Amino acid sequence: MADITKALYNMRLLDDLAQKESSIHRINSLVKLITTVIYLAVVISFGKYEIIRILPFVFYPVLVFTLSDLPAMPIVKRILLVEPLIIGIGILNPLFDNQRILLGGMAISKGWITFLSLFLKSSLAVTVGILLIATTGMDKLAWALRILKVPKVFVLQLVLTYRYIYVLTEEVARMMRAYSLRAPGQKGIQLKHLGSFLGQLILRTLDRAQRVYEAMNLRGFTGEYNRGENEKVNARDFAYLVGWVLFFIVARIYNIPKLLGVLLTGVIG
Amino acid sequence: MHMADALISPAVGGTMLAASAGIAAYSIKKVQKDMDDKKIPFMGVMGAFVFAAQMINFQIPGTGASGHIGGGLLLAVLLGPYAGFLTMFSILLIQALFFADGGLLALGCNIFNLGFYTCFLAYPLIYKRIVGEKVNQKRVFAASIIASAVGLQLGAFSVVVETLLSGKTELPFGTFVLLMQPIHLAIGVVEGIITAAVISFVWKARPEIMEKSAYGEPIGNISMKKILAVFVVAVVLVGGVLSWFASANPDGLEWSMEKTAGTAELEAKGRIYEVMSGLQDKIAFLPDYSFKTDGEDNQDGQTSEVVEAWPAVSPGTSVSGIVGGGLTLLLAMSVGVVIRMSKRKKKKATV
Repeated sequence: MADITKALYNMRLLDDLAQKESSIHRINSLVKLITTVIYLAVVISFGKYEIIRILPFVFYPVLVFTLSDLPAMPIVKRILLVEPLIIGIGILNPLFDNQRILLGGMAISKGWITFLSLFLKSSLAVTVGILLIATTGMDKLAWALRILKVPKVFVLQLVLTYRYIYVLTEEVARMMRAYSLRAPGQKGIQLKHLGSFLGQLILRTLDRAQRVYEAMNLRGFTGEYNRGENEKVNARDFAYLVGWVLFFIVARIYNIPKLLGVLLTGVIG
Repeated sequence: MHMADALISPAVGGTMLAASAGIAAYSIKKVQKDMDDKKIPFMGVMGAFVFAAQMINFQIPGTGASGHIGGGLLLAVLLGPYAGFLTMFSILLIQALFFADGGLLALGCNIFNLGFYTCFLAYPLIYKRIVGEKVNQKRVFAASIIASAVGLQLGAFSVVVETLLSGKTELPFGTFVLLMQPIHLAIGVVEGIITAAVISFVWKARPEIMEKSAYGEPIGNISMKKILAVFVVAVVLVGGVLSWFASANPDGLEWSMEKTAGTAELEAKGRIYEVMSGLQDKIAFLPDYSFKTDGEDNQDGQTSEVVEAWPAVSPGTSVSGIVGGGLTLLLAMSVGVVIRMSKRKKKKATV
């Protein structure tokens, strides 16, 4: 019950955040999508023992986050929510890769290095993913997909799925409330009731779909997805894309932290 | 079951994304053939249904645990394999975007693992065969349970293979398989029971819905040849690309089996540079690693520097590495803080 309301709240929140006005929000959606995908590919491409060289990639989420004026707490919460999954899988690394190395006089298994690297990479990946959706929103992303020549059928279906999720989740919340009021002292739904519960939900869903479809028809739906305004790629968007991609390439090729360190300590390796 | 971005390599992620997109493109073509404009909203609403249904936790009898359904098979049964696969695609995309369940790069893997096997293997080859022409409750139950268990087993095995090919974790193959398969067998059976219960409920309440999706629509007949062709292309791609990587970079399996000597070579302890040099020393003992950086950096045109850096233990470079790393983070943070502060000032000024 609480889960469902929370999930709804979270989706609405992201929708809301995507409506904000900021220099990042104003960047063309397609440009933001492409930049994010390139970023992910570059970060993931680092070897499993790399930690230091990944650090410059922190700049991208930090800049996007601050420039976009997003509230810190909801975003951080979301990232933290996913971390246990990664930790759950990564934590096995120190067990299986237990060659010892000495660090600060303490012998630790090399798996910890790979774990840290994995943790860093996944945190960055999750963060930029959330930042993308929180600064762009579903509608604009769907538009970007259309520009990328993703077939209309799929994009329309995606957008409708997204819209219907709100409707159906509220339906589920109502049904669960009704069920829980008739089943006190019971957590969740009993397995033997689940068939008819979900079946009921399907029937309600189909009725709802029928009504929505008729309403759409009455409003002139012809199977076309119209968004009204169209975003154009202007010089600023182009500069944004080129600038970041250049940065990613440089940071991938050169070990920026090491160069900085050399500069600072004056030691030339 | 959702794989995360960090667990896969770009090669695996890219290949699987290409495979999933290929199957999706083929499905779109198929769906469009018998498409009226009513079908898209129907797919949308069913996608949302599965999404909502996944939020319903049920009690697993005998244990305190609770679970939720995946819904792949249910979609295939209600919508047919092509529309079912496309719907699964959007569900996973939305989950990746909004809930960080899986990631954008891992999307291809997740779609393949959760959508392909249920829609294109378990549904046509198992479910449809068992249910046959004369539908009755027993058959629906047997078909659902076997189909969803097999679909999930294949999916779970794919997770293992994809993860190991990516070489990001150290889990040995055997252990990983033993971790994944039995638990997903249990989940698959429960999922099958629920799917069957839902199908028979809808069957009783509204037989016309089921009949339409079972017989009325041409989407039941899949050309397995084409699907297999896509699959073969994907496998060849994965195999080709990865063997190229693998030849230069034996994976985590070999690594964890390799026992290294050389702890003795560490001389002083306590000071950080010696520690780091010890680390380098250690790593340099594993030939694969230098090969790997070598291979990777060759593409970037940076061979000489890195190859030198690892085997040749140079305390200076490692200190500068650590200092530089800290500096990088500090810089990133301060850039953020400065922007925030200047924005606040601006806001105050305008107010």
